[in-house]
Amino acid sequence: MREVAIVGAAMTKFGELWDRSLRDIGLESGMLVLMDAGMETEDVEALFLGNMSAGRFIQQEHIGALIADHAGLADRGIPATRVEAGGATGSLALRQAYLTVASGAHDVVMVGGAEKMTDVSDRDAEETMSFAADQEWEVFFGATLASLYAMMARRHMHDHGTTPEQLAHVAVKNHAHGSGNPKAQCRNKLTVERVLGAGRVAEPLGVLDCSPISDGGAAVVLTTLERAKEITDEPVIIRGSAQASDTLALHDRWSITSQRATRLAVQGALSQAGKELADMDLMEVNDGFTIAEIIALEDLGLAEPGQGGRLAEEGVTALGGDMPVNTSGGLKARGNPPGATGIAQIVEIYDQLKGRAEGRQVADARVGLAHNVGGTGATVAVHILEVA
Amino acid sequence: MAGVRFWREFDTRYRMLATRCSQCGLVYFPPRTVCRKCRRRSVGKMEKVPLPPQGTVLSYTVVHQGLKGFDAQVPYVMAIIEFEGGVTVLGQVVDCDPEDVAIGMEVKPVFRRVREEGEAGVIHYGYKFAPPCFPVCVDESLASPE
Repeated sequence: MREVAIVGAAMTKFGELWDRSLRDIGLESGMLVLMDAGMETEDVEALFLGNMSAGRFIQQEHIGALIADHAGLADRGIPATRVEAGGATGSLALRQAYLTVASGAHDVVMVGGAEKMTDVSDRDAEETMSFAADQEWEVFFGATLASLYAMMARRHMHDHGTTPEQLAHVAVKNHAHGSGNPKAQCRNKLTVERVLGAGRVAEPLGVLDCSPISDGGAAVVLTTLERAKEITDEPVIIRGSAQASDTLALHDRWSITSQRATRLAVQGALSQAGKELADMDLMEVNDGFTIAEIIALEDLGLAEPGQGGRLAEEGVTALGGDMPVNTSGGLKARGNPPGATGIAQIVEIYDQLKGRAEGRQVADARVGLAHNVGGTGATVAVHILEVA
Repeated sequence: MAGVRFWREFDTRYRMLATRCSQCGLVYFPPRTVCRKCRRRSVGKMEKVPLPPQGTVLSYTVVHQGLKGFDAQVPYVMAIIEFEGGVTVLGQVVDCDPEDVAIGMEVKPVFRRVREEGEAGVIHYGYKFAPPCFPVCVDESLASPE
């Protein structure tokens, strides 16, 4: 396997992009990333695209061809492949691109993620997000994605004494981080009282415990480390890339307060990178719901099982804390267009390692980890990046 | 929307029949055709068995923003029910005040209308769960073998 580096990273603003279509969003992120990498369209040998559900959101399938076409790549006939894995869609597209370069099949690969959710009503968008859970045995009976995470939260509270205030602290922290990110959808600051007083979605989760419905795109360009060194003195190397699966339905898991796929993926990525979690300078972690960040940090190994609620509450995971988590604002504040989310996490880590995360820079950041979850944890991917 | 859908024929959705691996004894609901532990060795060796008549609430939530087709039911309780032997099943808890649902509460399966696709659309039926003491809850056949 060849060593693989990222030589460009960019994203559109996330939010309700009423005036732009999926192809606009995909094209914008692609052009931005080429400019960032200082490359031409002709340099790109293959394209991978993360898109969760354009068929339901905009009645368009065949997204690989669509974006390749409008990026001006169709005439060159390069392979364009769409990848899907619920909320983990973006990071799986990245992993496919990584494996393609590592294997020697291609030298320069672009990987993008894009989603256009606001062409349908909020309720239709939420229903589509729920389809990342098990349609036959969860959604059929009325389970929304929020309700499944709510059941994880309720049991976590019962077993470990996690409090609604601790959940709220995750949202407050990530909105504070998002307020410094010009690309973030939600730049408003929150208070614990506001989060707790917001309308209930699925108890104990309220609307401010949930990530928003978002449009947006993000892209990175990968190449061999050898070639990256010709472009930049400080390439960002993908040190670890791992992916794991679990049962599709939450109720089929051995535990509903821990995501086994996260444990497997982080072990795989750390072992490949030859690192420990303590070596990380920052992490982008799944916080589609506030409880998700708490559980993720326990499974990643930042806290003992059941103790994750303390991290945001005590400031450990805030900017300036021991381990800043979701400096971009996370899914919660940056926004969560599922096809793009996993790539946007990589964009944030890349910007931090390059020292260009203006307004939210982690001092001397050298190594970062991205953790992306599909559904309630049936797919998890973890990537570790290091600036050379 | 198609008029005929295969899941309408799932007998397990109406009668709560689980499958048991005859190799290791693990029981699955929703039923599986391959055991998670024995995998290929279990092919053709899974047998249908009834679930125990009662389970307990492992976790629950009161849903205020429900899916389409559930508008008339909001707020509704979704729960994961744990049966003796470790089988866990997701479903609604009904016939009680949502405020009274708690982790550890005993419930039994009942046969109910789950949702409907508009006024003239297909009606979806399946199981829900209710406190065992509720007087309407008398259909013992739901928890019995064929």
